[in-house]
Amino acid sequence: MNKPFLTAVCTTGALMFGAAQAADGPSDGSVKIGVLTDMSGVYAAIEGPGSVIAAEMAIEDFGGEVLGKPIELTSADHQEKADVASSIARRWIDRDNVDMIVGMVNSAVGLAVQGLASDKKTITMNTGAGSQELTESQCSKYGIHYVYDTYALPVGTATAMVENGGKKWFFITADYTFGHSLQKSTARVVENLGGEVVGEVNAPLATSDFSSYLLQASSSGADVIALANAGNDTVNSIKQAHEFGIVDRGQKLAGMLVFLSDVKALGLETAQGLQFTTAFYWDRTEESREWSQRFLEKHDEMPTMVDAGVYSSTLAYLKAVEAAGTDEADAVRAELGDMKINDFFVKDGSIEPNGLMPHDMYLVRVKQPSESEGPWDLLEVVSTIPADQAYIATEDSACPLLDE
Amino acid sequence: MSLNAILAQTMLGLSQGVFYAMLSLGLAIIFGLLNVINFAHGALYMLGAFVALIGYSYLGPWLGQPDWHMGFWTALVVAPLLVGGLGMLIERFLLRRLYDFDHIYGLLLTFGIALILQGLFANYFNISGTPYPGQPESLSGIVNLGFMYFPKYRLFAILLSIVVCFATWFVIERTSLGAVLRAGVENPKLVEAFGINVPRMVTLTFGFGVALAALAGVLAAPIYSVSPLMGADLIITVFAVVVIGGMGSILGAIVTGLMLGLVQGLTQALYPPAANTVIFFIMVVVLLIRPAGLFGKVV
Repeated sequence: MNKPFLTAVCTTGALMFGAAQAADGPSDGSVKIGVLTDMSGVYAAIEGPGSVIAAEMAIEDFGGEVLGKPIELTSADHQEKADVASSIARRWIDRDNVDMIVGMVNSAVGLAVQGLASDKKTITMNTGAGSQELTESQCSKYGIHYVYDTYALPVGTATAMVENGGKKWFFITADYTFGHSLQKSTARVVENLGGEVVGEVNAPLATSDFSSYLLQASSSGADVIALANAGNDTVNSIKQAHEFGIVDRGQKLAGMLVFLSDVKALGLETAQGLQFTTAFYWDRTEESREWSQRFLEKHDEMPTMVDAGVYSSTLAYLKAVEAAGTDEADAVRAELGDMKINDFFVKDGSIEPNGLMPHDMYLVRVKQPSESEGPWDLLEVVSTIPADQAYIATEDSACPLLDE
Repeated sequence: MSLNAILAQTMLGLSQGVFYAMLSLGLAIIFGLLNVINFAHGALYMLGAFVALIGYSYLGPWLGQPDWHMGFWTALVVAPLLVGGLGMLIERFLLRRLYDFDHIYGLLLTFGIALILQGLFANYFNISGTPYPGQPESLSGIVNLGFMYFPKYRLFAILLSIVVCFATWFVIERTSLGAVLRAGVENPKLVEAFGINVPRMVTLTFGFGVALAALAGVLAAPIYSVSPLMGADLIITVFAVVVIGGMGSILGAIVTGLMLGLVQGLTQALYPPAANTVIFFIMVVVLLIRPAGLFGKVV
């Protein structure tokens, strides 16, 4: 092997691992919020630059300062790597006095940062990651899980599909914490309703060609092919399922976690009829339309449920700081546990001791191209899943904090 | 696994393999002639796909003709020309300044170009990808191959890529034009003495290698979503393909690309968790046993 190539490999490695963005300098006398998310990778359309804008909007709407101190915002790209995310979070907390971290799409990142931040008594508002572990066995006093979890996602979607005759399920699962957790909770819903799981395949994260897995799913004889993945993986699997005519030959696709940006990427022609569960859709109420329009003007894209969650959780945090009269984490966390959260995202929301914020979820259906009246007129809300059905009851939670 | 399932996975592997083959072929030509490790290859592949997408969905409205589309067949010609032209500009005005330095400078330059291109497109386009709606009617639909249903378009992409790859191999290895190219690599001074403009030949060759990437990009557009990161995801694997085949070996790049597509396809069926790593595992084994690569000549 030639020397240039070996040098090349080493250099590239160094380039790729060293690219974390620098944060701002140290701060005193301010409340500082850090948005830690995927700015350019596989989940960046779900919670990327848009979520930073959402956090900015929350700070702006709050008035720019709290307790007479300015509110600062910083953001960084965790590159889907738990180690990169941890080192950014450590630097933020130890050196830059960041008081609250929001974002953390990707469950491996979410679990790592929540654990680390809790040891350092820093509040995390997880809006991006889905794993239920965040509020179950790995729950922590300062870790809050805000937008959706793998328990809530299948309740609406799987119930609707099994009741319409989809008894036999095959899973295409993203091969990491989130995917496995989502598959497990979906299978639970399916089996409780009398359905069965006939097969599964674990696909690596960020697969570009799902056709091989789809073929295995197709030949399994399942009624429903469930996609326990997210972001680009979901987009590619749905697109390729259509390409191979799997849907036309009668099998149904179930996207267990689909975001508005995915539907946009697929186009209505391909995505029409797909049902999934979401925590937020911009065109649901007058309030959500008003906020989403403002977001659209700043970002050129309608908000995903995660963008909306970043706004709502940041605002809730700032209100709690104000009510507590300090940014000291214990006092703010106590305040967050007592207060009712009310905005366009959630009505009468409250944060449970295990960190979960149960709220209504919505079963939606992707419109047909003929039903759509604008570039973002993509979904129709089919039904509302009340918070107490969507989320695990606090008394059933396995979070060790609840025993204390 | 049944015979049908094996055949089906083989077809799928092949449809992945042709993209590896086209991209690694371009890399191999560029490395063979210029000794440049072109890290921008993935970004140029992405650019090819974007030329097709922009031509189909955006160009008409920009020019005030919302109903006008640049069709797929036009894109198949225009994208390689445009992106190949950009490649020639990169070679002529940027890379040429670095030939006297260590190879690492060329790598760093192209890596930088790749980051700039990706960042630029990530700024304006959806990172999750935008669907390419221009797949021609004549290529949509599914063919029943007996052992599986296969999209017509993928069949077309496989055939076209194989034809392009072997035509390229033929020109370089079997014609007098190719002989001049190969001689230019061995001894540029001597070839110049025969009255051949070697710098221009180098520019054109770089342009051609880049055009192959753009062609692959156009072919990929209807299959995968067109996304700013589509090249970044692929390029590392393609480098592994080039290493396994032997740096700079034309035939090696083509055959290894197709072969590794098949291996990956079968791994996806037999043991999915290894699907993304199997190529790198093979790379390690090949480097240990045949450090020059499967088709490389030991110097």
